[in-house]
Amino acid sequence: MTDQEKILNEVTDNDYKFGFHSKIETETIPKGLNEDVIRLISAKKEEPGWMTESRLKAFRHWQTMTMPDWAHLQIPDIDYQDIIYYAAPKKEAKYQSLDEVDPELIDTFNRLGIPLEEQKQLAGVAVDAVMDSVSVKTTFQDTLAELGIIFCSFSEAVKNHPDLVQKYMGSVVPYTDNFFAALNSAVFSDGSFCYIPKGIRCPMELSTYFRINTANTGQFERTLIIAEDDTYVSYLEGCTAPMRDENQLHAAIVEIVAMENAEVKYSTVQNWYPGDKAGKGGIYNFVTKRGICKGDNSKISWTQVETGSAITWKYPSCILKGHNSVGEFYSVAVTNNYQQADTGTKMIHIGKNTRSTIISKGISAGRSQNSYRGLVRVLKGAEYARNFSQCDSLLLGDKCGAHTFPYLEVDNRTAIVEHEATTSKIGEDQIFYCNQRGIDTENAISLIVNGYAKEVLNKLPMEFAVEAQKLLAITLEGSVG
Amino acid sequence: MLDIKDLRVKIEDKEILKGINLSVRAGEVHAIMGPNGSGKSTLASALAGRNYFDITHGKILYEGKDLTELTPEDRARAGIFLGFQYPVEIPGVSMVNFLRAAINSKREYRGEKPLPAGDFLKLMREKKKVVEINSDLTNRSVNEGFSGGEKKKNEIFQMALLEPKLAILDETDSGLDIDALRIVANGVNKLRSPENATIVITHYQRLLDYIVPDFVHVLYKGRIVKSGDKKLAKELEEHGYDWIKQEVDLKA
Repeated sequence: MTDQEKILNEVTDNDYKFGFHSKIETETIPKGLNEDVIRLISAKKEEPGWMTESRLKAFRHWQTMTMPDWAHLQIPDIDYQDIIYYAAPKKEAKYQSLDEVDPELIDTFNRLGIPLEEQKQLAGVAVDAVMDSVSVKTTFQDTLAELGIIFCSFSEAVKNHPDLVQKYMGSVVPYTDNFFAALNSAVFSDGSFCYIPKGIRCPMELSTYFRINTANTGQFERTLIIAEDDTYVSYLEGCTAPMRDENQLHAAIVEIVAMENAEVKYSTVQNWYPGDKAGKGGIYNFVTKRGICKGDNSKISWTQVETGSAITWKYPSCILKGHNSVGEFYSVAVTNNYQQADTGTKMIHIGKNTRSTIISKGISAGRSQNSYRGLVRVLKGAEYARNFSQCDSLLLGDKCGAHTFPYLEVDNRTAIVEHEATTSKIGEDQIFYCNQRGIDTENAISLIVNGYAKEVLNKLPMEFAVEAQKLLAITLEGSVG
Repeated sequence: MLDIKDLRVKIEDKEILKGINLSVRAGEVHAIMGPNGSGKSTLASALAGRNYFDITHGKILYEGKDLTELTPEDRARAGIFLGFQYPVEIPGVSMVNFLRAAINSKREYRGEKPLPAGDFLKLMREKKKVVEINSDLTNRSVNEGFSGGEKKKNEIFQMALLEPKLAILDETDSGLDIDALRIVANGVNKLRSPENATIVITHYQRLLDYIVPDFVHVLYKGRIVKSGDKKLAKELEEHGYDWIKQEVDLKA
């Protein structure tokens, strides 16, 4: 092993910052999955009959499906009967004000850096915090309500806005879509619901923070964002989990609907527990995220910084149905130790003059495997569709792997599709150059990695970008920012 | 300031430096000349702390301390600057961020607080004038897309900003046209002071028309075979290296 490799090994050997477990009393249901369990979940959530039926339909379909195996991942067998499908912090089931929330819970979110108290919300971020299966508190709800914006937990939406939920839930990701989508549709716990009425620009960033606290629980959240004509909304999602030896399952669905002239920006910083240095434990993150640009001139933009999870299976996608609609995907995916990531996007061009941009930056360290998988599909009617894809991979050390799987299906001759891909290593020369200017190796790697990912980090909202930069530094360097 | 005593360096099994002796005092400019492959760049790398070779024998003392015990970054923080022959590109990292990290790590080493952003930008503006550097250059990523001349100017700019005690310029003149050469040399001359020292490594005499050295050393086959003042450089310009090679090879 050369000195360079030793240094790389040292700096990539670091600990997970959010590995604490909160001693909150939780109410869980027994392990296992069957129709009774689904009815129980539905009952716990006091859901209307149509919702229970919808869950059961999805469950019956799921039973006919098998887990997909096309990804470049090695997924150990998952015993779906050995998972708890519902867990909620005890105490009051519903919170009328912050005073009723378990102080331990508030402390947990404070440790995660999410101030729930509105007076602390100087940054102007409205937060819906989801702990295990229950949405704990939605801040700024009243301020948003004055504009007609609905921002609440998914459960509340089912109760208070059943028309909207019934109309749009499953319209972008039907339960038949894939194995994990079917599972989520059957057992989903909670999540966020967001509705922007016609003509409104949402004045603040909307944010959801997910955390898996209870052992052996899977978190199956469901997010639905509807942006009516002439609207704008920027949505942030963050995730963490405590350290545990066993693997925990996370299978979420995010659906976005953008009408005419609507713009939705969806940013994720994913920092689930990645497992320890030997590859033990960690979250399995199997997520289906998809948005539809339904109206003309609409735009959906996905930005993700993926640093956590033992296994990531995730392809935030855009269906560009409206004419002149725009889809964007900006991604930084970091894998270290034994992490595996198979992530990318799908851009489906249906409308005329639709445009899409894909910028993917993979960073692999340790013994990890990092794959980009992206589909660009141009349908017959998509005259003058344009796509630009750039997929770069950066390797740290020589035991990790980077893979690129681009798929292009073009059925219209006027379309222009471009794909660029590069693979590079952090050069010894680059690190020495920094060293010679007085910058130590850890900081040099941090500088170089952040420089490499800059195009994507620049797309994140300001406060998120700072967090993401720190996260990259922590994931790769052990120097807690 | 710098004392190199019988320094021997091996790359894999090949001995590149075979006993170098050199003393540099504050205020002096030393030129190290020699034909290709004589070990000039290896000497520069050894001083900066590049570790792809072994120091098998000898000592490098810098301000009385054993330099080989310091990491490359600590050497830099202690005032050693290497102007690279081939400055590397670091995509996406802005010059401003890079230099701020450099200056602040140096300040931290000395127990000083980080330089406030305003002061730093002011300092950058001042130093840019020294090397007549285009202000657009510092808004770009480190060396990315720079021409050969721009890269070298950028090295001198960084030197101006970091104010080293001992600067080692490795073939800074290579690939420069005459205007760039003059600018680079002017920069070096402006930074000369009784407190700092410079080692100029070069293949050609022409740089020494602009940077006038106090001492000239000829490096050949891993040894300093001849030392003198600036007149030695002139002799080399007129007669080439052959007469020195002959002298040395005859003795051997």
